[in-house]
Amino acid sequence: MARVQRMVPAVVTALCLTAGVAVAGTLDDVKGKGFVQAGVNGELFGFGKPDEKGVWKGLDVDTARAVAAAIFGDAEKVKFTPLTAKTRFTALQSGEVDVLTRNATQTLGRDTELGLDFVQVNYYDGQGFLVPNKLGVKSAKELDGASVCVLPGTTTEQNLADYFRQNKMTMKPVVIESNAELAKAFFAGRCDCLTSDASQLAGIRAVAPNPTDYAILPEIISKEPLAPAVRHGDNQWKDIVNYAVLAMIEAEELGITSKNVDEMTASADPRIQRFLGVTPGNGKALGLDEKWAYNIVKQVGNYSEVFERNVGAATPLMLKRGLNALWTSGGLMYSPPFK
Amino acid sequence: MTSITGSGGHAGRELGPPVTSIGVIGWVRANLCNGWLNTGLTLAVLYLLWATLPPFFNWALLDGNWFTSSEQCKASEGACWSVITANIRFILFGFYPHDLQWRPLLAVVILIVLLFLSRNRRFWGRGLLYGWLLGLFAMGLLLKGGMFGLVAVDSDNWGGLPLTLLLAVFGLAAAYPFGVVLALGRQSQMPVIKAFCVVYIELIRGVPLISMLFMSSVVFPLFLPEGMTLNKILRAQVAIILFTAAYIAEVVRGGLQGMNRGQYEAAESLGLNYFQTMRLIILPQALKIVIPPSVSILISAFKDTSLVVIIALYDLLKTTQTTLTDPKWMGYSAEAYLFLALIYFLCCYAMSNYSRKLEKELDTGH
Repeated sequence: MARVQRMVPAVVTALCLTAGVAVAGTLDDVKGKGFVQAGVNGELFGFGKPDEKGVWKGLDVDTARAVAAAIFGDAEKVKFTPLTAKTRFTALQSGEVDVLTRNATQTLGRDTELGLDFVQVNYYDGQGFLVPNKLGVKSAKELDGASVCVLPGTTTEQNLADYFRQNKMTMKPVVIESNAELAKAFFAGRCDCLTSDASQLAGIRAVAPNPTDYAILPEIISKEPLAPAVRHGDNQWKDIVNYAVLAMIEAEELGITSKNVDEMTASADPRIQRFLGVTPGNGKALGLDEKWAYNIVKQVGNYSEVFERNVGAATPLMLKRGLNALWTSGGLMYSPPFK
Repeated sequence: MTSITGSGGHAGRELGPPVTSIGVIGWVRANLCNGWLNTGLTLAVLYLLWATLPPFFNWALLDGNWFTSSEQCKASEGACWSVITANIRFILFGFYPHDLQWRPLLAVVILIVLLFLSRNRRFWGRGLLYGWLLGLFAMGLLLKGGMFGLVAVDSDNWGGLPLTLLLAVFGLAAAYPFGVVLALGRQSQMPVIKAFCVVYIELIRGVPLISMLFMSSVVFPLFLPEGMTLNKILRAQVAIILFTAAYIAEVVRGGLQGMNRGQYEAAESLGLNYFQTMRLIILPQALKIVIPPSVSILISAFKDTSLVVIIALYDLLKTTQTTLTDPKWMGYSAEAYLFLALIYFLCCYAMSNYSRKLEKELDTGH
């Protein structure tokens, strides 16, 4: 027993020391091992999911690729760890992944108590409802007494309860573990309506036996800013991930795409010259190669390209830009100047 | 007999049993229509089969779509087996690089051939042992690569069927001897060993496999120094071995306790030491008694390997579920799960079939 008592401080000290190591030098670690380890969803079409050839696809996946492109000049130097909603934050804390790009909602609690730092939001989402037309409901306020299909263990379930309580309505949650089963149960009529992030509803409706029989209600009942996260305390690493996301947004605003980026290096616009590293400075400030932003745009694309490729009108999700449009088009995507 | 029939005047002719009590009709009468209750049950079952089987065959086979696109599937009434055929490579091999997938396929074939050869006790011997060693080396080489001009493939990319079989075969192969040792330890006279085995077995049996997998994947890394990560598959494999061994140990202990005291005494009187007694007298008999319960543990352990989905390893179940999250294929879970059930059934049926065969062969009648 005495031996055990002596061991406890040693173990605690070791833990604290390792935690201390975790704080410093993620960039050096990443450069040392030669790739970025990114935590992703694995089951969320449009955000993080392997295709039938086992190639990772999605908005979050491309965000992680942008980080790799910024550091190594090679967007493929990234390995993906699929994480569940339960294991995602532990995996980041324990250093199993360097960056978490797994449609995680930024909240105050996660930003502080969980020891995470969220960076620039890469998708503004919100929770909505999908109902069959034959229910005859035009607004979420008319859903009193409805049974609602919902995924467990996420902010979705909590928002749902909050919304019904605010509006003094009752409901019966029908909790189902996976997205695919959730859709199936809903179409089979096991619940009156289905709630999920708005980004998912269009995709779920698209797989209905007859999509025109279903409608998405206009109310968005929550704010879900989905942002990449890093460990708290490594500011250089946080800057890199943050500006990797911002570079895609800034590129869209400057009109630079993966197609025209080479011509743009000859541009006379000083903003573009600074952005693409023709005028040096930004790379040095971040501790990266001066062509970091050029590499992101060249290999991954600007935000618009990434959005359209993964979740845009040509995909089964058919999402409109909405809140995710540039601020110049009435959205929320706004990047500070790159200088 | 002949004298009786002869005396009746029907010379040389034997009367068979009535036609209603032999052959197909007799069997039906004896087994299916034996009394009112059984006749009623038979009719009810027949009706149920008639009501369910033709629609199922229509759905699965006649109207089934085998190699169509998801749009054609949606337009059709029948089963959409295309969800399997279109995604078969991801379902079977997960993230393994697309153009290298012949390697895991070959590894699985080698494994199945070896298992099949091991089924027959005539082949048991030195040759088979070398075969296994060679086969294991070849499988490792094929999966991992990095030698003889094969491109190295990171174990993070292993998935699907090879991963399921890997976890199951190695888990079971390592857990069995470990379990036997634990059972012997629990019977031991030495207090330290006995206490260790008892605590180990009770502790492991007291927690569900899921929590052990969680511990191995979530808690364990927090105790490792930064930057040092143990292979995720290895962690899960060790958790499965530790878990299964505890259950095997208890089954084997049952066999040991079922042995007649006289067997121990006979061994002692022959002057055999502990290890000789166990190896030559006790274990061969005890393990034979416990074949049925150990096989049922092995079967359930095989199915339990699918729990690794919760630590995001892409075994066969997880790759299939991932396929089903694609909006194109979202509605076809029945087909996908039927396919999975078939694979699991084949494996489990092979195991239980083999155990019955082994039991019969080893039945020396005492």
